[in-house]
Amino acid sequence: MKNAMKKIYLILMLFYLYAPIMVLMVLSFNESRSRVTWGGFSLKWYEDLFTNSMILDALKTTLIIALVSAAAATVLGTLACLGINRMRKTPRTIVMGMNNIPMMNAEIVTGISLMLCFVAFGITLSFKTVLLAHITFNVPYVILSVMPKLKQTEVSVYEAAVDLGASPVYAFFKVVLPDLMPGILSGFLMAFTMSLDDFVITHFTRGAGVNTLSTLIYSEVRRGIKPTMYALSTLMFVSVLVLLILINVRPQKKKDVIE
Amino acid sequence: MERTLINLVDISKQFGDTLVLDEMNLTVRENEFVTLLGPSGCGKTTTLRIIGGFVQPTTGKVIFDGKDITKLPPNKRPVNTVFQKYALFTHMNVEENIAFGLKIRGKSKDYIRDKIKYALKLVNLDGYEKRSVNALSGGQQQRIAIARAIVNEPRVLLLDEPLGALDLKLRQDMQYELIRMKKELGITFIYVTHDQEEALTMSDTIVVMNQGYIQQMGTPEQIYNEPENAFVADFIGESNIVDGVMLEDRLVEILGVKFPCVDEGFGRNKPVDVVIRPEDIILSETEPGLLDGVVTHLIFKGVHYEMEVMAGGYEWLVHSTKCFPVGTKVSLKVKPFDIQIMNKPESEDEMAVEIDG
Repeated sequence: MKNAMKKIYLILMLFYLYAPIMVLMVLSFNESRSRVTWGGFSLKWYEDLFTNSMILDALKTTLIIALVSAAAATVLGTLACLGINRMRKTPRTIVMGMNNIPMMNAEIVTGISLMLCFVAFGITLSFKTVLLAHITFNVPYVILSVMPKLKQTEVSVYEAAVDLGASPVYAFFKVVLPDLMPGILSGFLMAFTMSLDDFVITHFTRGAGVNTLSTLIYSEVRRGIKPTMYALSTLMFVSVLVLLILINVRPQKKKDVIE
Repeated sequence: MERTLINLVDISKQFGDTLVLDEMNLTVRENEFVTLLGPSGCGKTTTLRIIGGFVQPTTGKVIFDGKDITKLPPNKRPVNTVFQKYALFTHMNVEENIAFGLKIRGKSKDYIRDKIKYALKLVNLDGYEKRSVNALSGGQQQRIAIARAIVNEPRVLLLDEPLGALDLKLRQDMQYELIRMKKELGITFIYVTHDQEEALTMSDTIVVMNQGYIQQMGTPEQIYNEPENAFVADFIGESNIVDGVMLEDRLVEILGVKFPCVDEGFGRNKPVDVVIRPEDIILSETEPGLLDGVVTHLIFKGVHYEMEVMAGGYEWLVHSTKCFPVGTKVSLKVKPFDIQIMNKPESEDEMAVEIDG
């Protein structure tokens, strides 16, 4: 009886969480435009999606921004970790605290302040400003995911490499970096997903004509919703889902090998 | 006498406000097994890291085989280190770990293969080439760390508490292994430990350190039998350290009783510290003219009984194969040779380094 209750409760919770997305997914395959009647299975909205040049352009922009900003943030964040790790305890705690604040900060505040900052420095809002904004908000996530790995890596491993004749640079790439790789990779993936589904900050920092998928959906929806958007949302959800699974499965595999 | 290989000249090291080493001078000869022994914070690891090149001394010079290598980075020094926590490269297998230094030196594949084979044989892990280092036990990992260091044919092997993380039985086995490896390789070992038993078992020379000073340097026998000050006596083995007065050559008064001893040259009526090892005290039925006492504690230790005897206002630690139950009245006898006389510390500086707690 108790077990049955537990199961029902769990199913209810999952239902609440995923029902809206399920509805969206189902409707994306609906032949009819209607949001209430089922007109039969169809892939026509997906066809429409992949022939719509505006959507494809936005998709391209989104992917470029996500990839480039995640890559840049990964490099910057990893370098920052190396520096922070060498600091004394008090400054290190302060810097790590400062690193966490932007992640807690409301996105709308980050977005508006970035926009004001660009305008104040006379930088025209464009594709570049979106990219810069995305790099900015991605760096803390990379630091957060690389730092624990760096703390685990023994200083003596680097020293051992140097002791065996390696130059400091060779020792870093050959010995320290491979140890950090799982952290760097999950940092990159996290930054990538963050950038992929960001709307608020992109909305405030984009220039005229620059659209990512999220800003495009927003403007389309205002004009009256088309099931093509359901198809797009479904695809975005699925790709983020796949990425999240990748992030979470990877470290576990690593652990299995050690044990 | 082998020739001098390493010379530390007036080495001082300061970390912030803390003076870790104070004008230390140390000579290591070729093919010697030198152990730096002392409690944590005594400067022994810093000394090793200065020789390895990981720490720059604040002042002083490191002379290696006649050349000043003080400014040479670690990767250019003809020494290799075995670290306390193994520091193996976990993303490489055993073979790749051992080959690391050889590859950097651009050795041929055949040479590397032969070297790996030889090194694994030396550390008793033949056939482990392809194993993952994560799958090895602590003892095996430490052997791989040793193999990885020695394939580079260093002139000196630096070992930083390499057995610290192993359990007792394994530690004892590894001590014999290290002595054997040292003999086979014929190179200099500089070994850091806080474990006096390890130091006594393996070393040719022991350097006892405390608070940045060398307290005493000598063979294990010298260090154990003739400690130069109370710190060394207390740190190495168990001992009774009591106040005494050197009445004349070969006669010392301890707690009001005269004991013949073998030491000379302290002068007349000079206050001294007297060290007597617990196993050197002979208990007997009370006899007149000797130090009398009462057994207050008795513990069976396997090899011997450990007793505490209250005599002359001092609680003596006594090891004996004979059992005297608690409450027995006994006399304490010591052979003249087993009484070690030490000068009392003269300056405040020396007082400071006397005993920790």
